[in-house]
Amino acid sequence: MQHLPIFPILIPMLAAVFMLLPPLSNSINRHRVFAIAVMILLIISSALLLLTSHEQGTQMYILGGWQPPFGIALIADRLSTMMVLLTSVLALGALLYACAGDDNEGMYFHPLFMFQIMGINGAFLTGDIFNLFVFFEVLLIASYALLIHGGGKQKTKANVHYVILNLVASSVFLFALGILYGTIGSLNIADMASKVRLLGDQEQALVKSGGLLLLVVFGLKAAMLPLNFWLPKTYAVASAPVAALFAIMTKVGVYSILRIHTVIFGEDAGALAGIAIPWLWPLAILTLIIGAIGVLASPSLRLTVANLVLVSVGTLIIAIAMQREAATAAALYYMMHTTLVTGALFLIADLISKQRGKAEDRYVVARQMTHSKIIGITFFIAALTVVGLPPFSGFLGKVLILQSAQGLTESAWVWSVVLLAGVASLIAISRAGTTLFWRHSNGSNDSDPIHPLKIIAVVLLLSASPLLVIFGGPVTDFTNLAASQLHDTTQSVDALLIGGNK
Amino acid sequence: MNLLWVVLLPLIGTLVPLLTERFGRNVCAFSVALLPAWSLILVLMHVGEIFDGEAIRQTIEWIPSMGLDLSFRLDGLSLLFLLLILGIGLLIILYARYYLSDKDSMGQFYAYLILFMSAMVGIVISNNMIQLWMFWELTSISSFLLISFWSHKPDARKGARMALTVTGTGGLALLAGLLLLGNIVGSYDLDTVLASGDLIRAHAAYPIALVLVLLGAFTKSAQFPFHFWLPHAMAAPTPVSAYLHSATMVKAGIFLLCRFYPALAGTDLWFMIVSLTGLITLLLGAYIALFKHDLKGLLAYSTISHLGLITLLLGLNSDLAAVAAVFHIINHATFKASLFMAAGIIDHETGSRDMRKLNGLMKYMPHTATLAIVAALSMAGVPLLNGFLSKEMFFAETLDQSMLGSLSWMIPLLATVGAAFSVAYSLRFIHDVFFNGEPIDLPKTPHEPPRYMKVPVEILVALCLAVGIFPAYLVGDLLHAAAFSVLANDVPMHSLSIWHGFNIPLFMSFLAMVGGITIYYNRRHLFEFQAQFNEPDAKYIFEGAVQSLIKFTQRIMATLENGSLQRYVFLMLLFTLVMSAYPLFELTQNAGSRPQLPIDGVAITAALLLIISAIATVIWHRRRFLSLIYLSVVGLIVSLAFAKFSAPDLALTQLSVEIVTIILLLLALYFLPQSTQKESSNRRLSIDLTVSALIGCVIGTICFAMLTTPLNSISDFFIANSKTGGGGTNVVNVILVDFRGFDTLGEITVLGIAALGIFKLIAKMRIYVPTRDDKGRPWTKDRHPLMLAMVSQSLLPLALLVSVYIFLRGHNLPGGGFIAGLITSVAIIQQYVANGVLWIKPRIKVDYQWLIASGILMATATGLGSWIFDKPFLSTWFDHFHLPWVGEFELASAMIFDLGVYLTVVGAVLLILANLGKLTTSERVDNKENV
Repeated sequence: MQHLPIFPILIPMLAAVFMLLPPLSNSINRHRVFAIAVMILLIISSALLLLTSHEQGTQMYILGGWQPPFGIALIADRLSTMMVLLTSVLALGALLYACAGDDNEGMYFHPLFMFQIMGINGAFLTGDIFNLFVFFEVLLIASYALLIHGGGKQKTKANVHYVILNLVASSVFLFALGILYGTIGSLNIADMASKVRLLGDQEQALVKSGGLLLLVVFGLKAAMLPLNFWLPKTYAVASAPVAALFAIMTKVGVYSILRIHTVIFGEDAGALAGIAIPWLWPLAILTLIIGAIGVLASPSLRLTVANLVLVSVGTLIIAIAMQREAATAAALYYMMHTTLVTGALFLIADLISKQRGKAEDRYVVARQMTHSKIIGITFFIAALTVVGLPPFSGFLGKVLILQSAQGLTESAWVWSVVLLAGVASLIAISRAGTTLFWRHSNGSNDSDPIHPLKIIAVVLLLSASPLLVIFGGPVTDFTNLAASQLHDTTQSVDALLIGGNK
Repeated sequence: MNLLWVVLLPLIGTLVPLLTERFGRNVCAFSVALLPAWSLILVLMHVGEIFDGEAIRQTIEWIPSMGLDLSFRLDGLSLLFLLLILGIGLLIILYARYYLSDKDSMGQFYAYLILFMSAMVGIVISNNMIQLWMFWELTSISSFLLISFWSHKPDARKGARMALTVTGTGGLALLAGLLLLGNIVGSYDLDTVLASGDLIRAHAAYPIALVLVLLGAFTKSAQFPFHFWLPHAMAAPTPVSAYLHSATMVKAGIFLLCRFYPALAGTDLWFMIVSLTGLITLLLGAYIALFKHDLKGLLAYSTISHLGLITLLLGLNSDLAAVAAVFHIINHATFKASLFMAAGIIDHETGSRDMRKLNGLMKYMPHTATLAIVAALSMAGVPLLNGFLSKEMFFAETLDQSMLGSLSWMIPLLATVGAAFSVAYSLRFIHDVFFNGEPIDLPKTPHEPPRYMKVPVEILVALCLAVGIFPAYLVGDLLHAAAFSVLANDVPMHSLSIWHGFNIPLFMSFLAMVGGITIYYNRRHLFEFQAQFNEPDAKYIFEGAVQSLIKFTQRIMATLENGSLQRYVFLMLLFTLVMSAYPLFELTQNAGSRPQLPIDGVAITAALLLIISAIATVIWHRRRFLSLIYLSVVGLIVSLAFAKFSAPDLALTQLSVEIVTIILLLLALYFLPQSTQKESSNRRLSIDLTVSALIGCVIGTICFAMLTTPLNSISDFFIANSKTGGGGTNVVNVILVDFRGFDTLGEITVLGIAALGIFKLIAKMRIYVPTRDDKGRPWTKDRHPLMLAMVSQSLLPLALLVSVYIFLRGHNLPGGGFIAGLITSVAIIQQYVANGVLWIKPRIKVDYQWLIASGILMATATGLGSWIFDKPFLSTWFDHFHLPWVGEFELASAMIFDLGVYLTVVGAVLLILANLGKLTTSERVDNKENV
């Protein structure tokens, strides 16, 4: 299976292409069956890739046979394969939910969905910074199209904001790449990391500019302050499966910061080591605070969840800013937890919204939900998880991050902000839950029964929450190894230059 | 024994009621009791060892990297609490069977109750701090569910939310405290932490850790100033109150104080915070309890007061006081649980809990009344009952401290005052409810409850009496074992007898009795005095605080997130500016060592033109058509620059992209208003101009510095290997289709997706179609000009031929699939322009969507082909062949890849343009018909 590392990119890509061609095109039912089958295949191959990488070491796939640093290489290490598997699982949940009917509200849902996954997986797997740009474009252009799925004024308006901001970011990305290539002379991330150490003062200043410009680009993807304002409204108006899938999109930004600023500008980068860190600290903490304020201020569940995304982004970037193995490991655990649970919460918010008539998911008195039991249980579990209360995965993630901050000068900040954000979420979510489920008018309810696929989708994503706790031991072992692999330059840089282990 | 089962059995038991609910109330209640009872038996099997001073431990590894193990420890303190939790829990199960009405979901109630019970069990047998915290928060969550059980009542919802918020927040503080302790000690193992008391107390972080842990304990145990949630938790069904507020939830905080006593107690800080908090809570609770007309309200404040008493004892830093505290834990649990249950019976059988209406119940329910009176007397601290014993010990301890220096005498005095109020409210409970005339307007005629509903009360009252009379015999060992674990060393001598002779504590008891009776006798004056004050309702205050917090955050968000794209982009550019400019301060000189090219007139002219047209684009941005023309000038000059600096491929590409883009924009402009209003204020304009100018300067500086710095890059490799490795002399093309073919594959995918996305967007769009231009002239209704149509048609084969030529030579000379695709597209667009969509439709029967898909598929398939030869994706192959007439030529797999590129480009461009064009046409046709 020497070609395994490219499967997570090729499988969704070919699937999308086949869905545009006969005999699959023009039949939503064929699309559904095919897409679900492909997604399961994708999960299997992602899992295989993760196992291979975990047991046999980082897998490098050299496209066209052009050895790095000249050609493009895919790097399947523990971190990237973990992200790919995470994406596939999240995508299956979103897909199953969509197959219950949401996919039919506009054209090309399934092909675009697959292209989106191709872009995300590519961004995780690539070891080349220009190729990263290309995959950013793939995932962005697909997300532009997916965001308007279902149509309507609100979506179009949010999309205009989203598209324009991202177009600016894409140009900034090109500026940054131009500067970096113009000074370092290479695009392969590992090669850049090894060359950055040898630069003169002049070049160092330029590279610093380029590196920090990348922070702007990744910061927008991750929705880090001051680039976060587009996120809540965009996520809140997106159609439910799209919003659920977008739970991974901010993580692409976080991942890129982690990858670039730990590998290229890591400890061994000499004068360029940790150039982003002084910026990351305050911005991450402020992002977390803004997120928490937003969580309190939100008038509807979808907005609350969208702001919770900001809280998670802030938390993750704090962990990155700590620049230590334990913190990265904690961030990786937190990443799995928050991605899947946020995805589930967007779906649950949609379920709730469909049951409450015109009130949708706003925190106002409305008619009682007909199927409040199953929705209530899933909401309750998701709420506990996202607030960070035991016995679900949220508390483990939070404790891991708090633990990893011990001994740092910034730890007082980290602890108080993370814990206070927990309090804010607790207040907001308990208000949300009691209002949505318990405050109701006496009006009769005639909402349709919930499609079983939707429940399956929610349960699938939510099951991650207890599973991540029960198997907390092996999972944290894995994240620890992944983090040490990333921080160890002999593994994350040097080994990828001599040809890897083919 | 497997300690895991002690907590696991009730946890599994959570599911039991949900399964057995359908078999009726008796079966359900009985089945629910089974697993906790089993768990209790497991515990009881080990009483002997624990009384001998042993502690039983069990550890299962769970998440080693965070120091979280499943770790259990059963010692005296745990045993005491387990007996309370499981024992009283079983009584509550029996009681609730009769309390709940048919409308309540019994299964749900029991499930929540047992979940709560498991969480409490988990807290008291944890031997790992993080695990302890897990169960701690689980009690907050399950108590939220219990308090809000009658979720249709606003009181229940608010009370539950308040309890969750206060205890949950305290829980987070506790987490921080425990993590800090773990950091100090280097382990989360409780055994280790408790054994490192000296290390902890000497550590600089001790005060912070202490305050955080105490925050957790005080919020849970409803200590001042966090006491306000407890009375509102009374909105819960009475069995819940009886359980949560006697033996469990609020005692969890006390348990925490006891548990960490060896590690944290013994310092002045501990004394100051814990004892003073306890004292204030004791007095406040006792005072307010007297004025509560609601039976459960009275009991709630009495609970607060007694918890304050226990806290005060623990805060005294004296071993004997700790023993007294543990003793009072037992006593309070027994009399308070029975009192709550009695209150529940009264409520259940009379329909009211208002003491102004409930009078003279002795006549109607003598049995219940007797039980309640005994329990209330125990609460008042009357001799021969257990409440008396611990109160005596408490008085003795308040005398035996000197921590407040010369003010120390105040503590026993205040303690006596508190006890007097305690006597007074107990008297009120007894006299108002059971005597004092006849009931007033009760919703139901009072009568005795079902037989078995009284059994739990009887058992508990019997315990009150028995412990009160034979203290040493009944609880001596248990108390000793529990005190032993609290103190973590030898328990001081204490005597558990009723009679200690005439001494000051006895005198204080007497004083409290007399005082209490006097207070109660003169209650009318006190009530009048109290009536002057507006009693603050914590519910409104809390809710008001939350509301104003939310309003405040909403104001912040409204200011920050105002939905203005302009602001978001501005912030982004500002951030970009800071990020790119800040490192430049370290750049000492702009020009590097690389020699600069001479500047010629053409270059200067082009540059000026570029600058002018760029500025003009911006200036006339509101006159879109004009702006577009200037934009095309920019594009043209960029193409020329590419051509000049030896990048003919780029120049060709840029040129064809320009053409296609401009056509597309023209089409789009048709739908937009021809000119727009001025939307930015001058101030805004000048700020925006400044930022963009600064960014321009910064990027210019960077470009200049970069271009003048010598570079050693990988591009030499490409030039060297283009012919030998990629089989082509055109390096740009070889890079595109071979060295970095994967990028190209990605980019054509982007193009394809863009086309699909645009089609998706406009397919269902109902768009306003203008019938006139900006000057009010109607669009022409002429047919397509014949000349143009003729010329276009005759040009088509030629254009196609050119594109084939460009395509074929691509590998060696400027050209390639991308450019060829654009040329073909332009040629076909030309047909659209000249003849209109309706004319083209029957003539070109190509599905552009398929064209895109097959293009991408072809490119991917080329890449996949290399797998057959066991090479990685997109490995290329090329060779030279010789055919007669044709001569020598080259065949390369990259050409098939390029063909894929070609097809995708054609498909994408035409899908977008044709559909955008169609939008205009079909609408205009409609308009004609309407006219």
